[in-house]
Amino acid sequence: MTDMTNAMDDTVEVPLHRIAHGRTGDKGDRLNVSVIAHRPAHFPLIRDQVTAERVRALFAHRGPGPVVRYELPRLHALNLVIDDVLEGGVNLALNLDGHGKTLSFLVLSMPVRVPRHLLETVGNDPQAKQQDKQEETP
Amino acid sequence: MGDGRILVGCGAGFSGDRLDAPGPVVETLARSGLPAAIMFETLGERTLALAQLDRARDPERGYEPLLEPLLEPVLDSCLRHGIRILGNFGAANPRAAAQRILEMGRRLGCRPMRVAVVTGDDLAAASLLDRIEAEDGTPLTVTAPISANAYVGAGPMARALALGADVVVAGRVADPSLALAPFLHHHGWAEDDWRRIACGTLAGHLLECGSQVTGGYFADPGVKDVPDPHRIGFPIVAMDADGGFTIGKAEDTGGLVDRRTVSEQILYEVHDPAAYLTPDVTLDITCVELVPDGPDRVRVTGAAGRPRPERLKVTVGYDGGWLGEGEISYAGPNAVARARLALDVVKRRLPADCRVRGDIVGVSSVFGDDGGQRLAGRAPAVEDVRMRIAVATPERAVAERAAQEVLALYTCGPAGGGGVRTAVRQRIATASGYIPRALVRPDIEILE
Repeated sequence: MTDMTNAMDDTVEVPLHRIAHGRTGDKGDRLNVSVIAHRPAHFPLIRDQVTAERVRALFAHRGPGPVVRYELPRLHALNLVIDDVLEGGVNLALNLDGHGKTLSFLVLSMPVRVPRHLLETVGNDPQAKQQDKQEETP
Repeated sequence: MGDGRILVGCGAGFSGDRLDAPGPVVETLARSGLPAAIMFETLGERTLALAQLDRARDPERGYEPLLEPLLEPVLDSCLRHGIRILGNFGAANPRAAAQRILEMGRRLGCRPMRVAVVTGDDLAAASLLDRIEAEDGTPLTVTAPISANAYVGAGPMARALALGADVVVAGRVADPSLALAPFLHHHGWAEDDWRRIACGTLAGHLLECGSQVTGGYFADPGVKDVPDPHRIGFPIVAMDADGGFTIGKAEDTGGLVDRRTVSEQILYEVHDPAAYLTPDVTLDITCVELVPDGPDRVRVTGAAGRPRPERLKVTVGYDGGWLGEGEISYAGPNAVARARLALDVVKRRLPADCRVRGDIVGVSSVFGDDGGQRLAGRAPAVEDVRMRIAVATPERAVAERAAQEVLALYTCGPAGGGGVRTAVRQRIATASGYIPRALVRPDIEILE
């Protein structure tokens, strides 16, 4: 990595949690997980790397059905809809978390590659807040 | 901000929400001097079937069990300030809930009030059980249903407000419709003004889970911090006549409202974001824009709407059998191996044909699978774990046996197990169906 001459190519692997947040919702045996970029600059990385196939692979041990991915560029977000993954849903599941409420953080554990210069400003970093403010001014 | 706005706040986002949440919402609404309403969303799919069972046991019951502690602190203030109250806290027995509210008002010395009861969602009472359809239109057959309710829209509640109702008590209405009704009534939006109805439905969708849009269910220390999460303020929407709205929260409370909190809630329980179906509209959120509008305020615009679905969604509750659970802790050297052995012992002692799952909390539990594949592949260095077993069965005795087998690990299981807890409970399952809209005839009754 240190040999890279172009800083833009200098990427590091991090959990998706470093650049995105999200929440799950359930209806019956269907789960939806939102994946929302902390910063607009992160959204293209998420769109490219958080594919329906990779999400389905994260749930392979649950024998998931189809995964449908919706893009919401104005919210810098993806909405992932995963079928037959709750092993019966909240009313029939044996899982402690029959709603699947914790599963947003399973998705957020997916490894993604992020250019190093885009990793500096995530979360509660004061610099990030300042930048967000600038970006949010219409 | 133009004149003509109405404020709608949320006082509860589910049955079991914080009972002190409505107070600051009502104080904020009262201080605003604007037309206002507060909604209470307390009805889940299972809650309604449980309420039907309650009602079958006692005809005076079957409404939200926490109705009184939720409403009592705010009822008088709402009546004095003209803040309308809407709730699906009627559950399986809206009329009984309305009577309780009238009694509460008399007991508290409140002014006389009009309470509207919305009926018609109960398909068993309306003899419509045989008209419930599966997605493909074929009849949906559920043996021995406990409850069957259609999701009614905002129309009847808006009519109740027009009749001067101070409190509107509903059973199964769609959650966002509780907020849409006061918007419809106040702004006089036409029933087929799909764009405005979409905006009102989106506002209701953001409000319906209470603090989930104001910093509740959001905190992730060091990443997404929430101020004063022990006293999060519940949300309030200011709705303009043209459908643009601002979402904020009760004054002098913790929590936060920003693009991130609103983004998480906007997609909560959404599937196709271009077609979120409610009884009132087909909502399209793909072009929604969120713009910060001062501290703890976000401006929401751009919701689009298409005509409402021709069929109403129906939830049918039925007997879901029994769940038996048992847990025991192991800690210190070789704890994980002892927990795995305990799991194996209990599994071998249960009937071979019952549905059983084992977890080791601390190694893999909620991310895991019923088959134990994920658990088998993990060996983290942890010193304090908890074995858990769960059994689903139609027979109560089998569920009790599973719990008993975990208890027996105290003497017969691996070394050093402690802290056994067991639980056996009956479950209610639900199935989703549809019913042609024209068959469902919601009605309003006014009690005074």
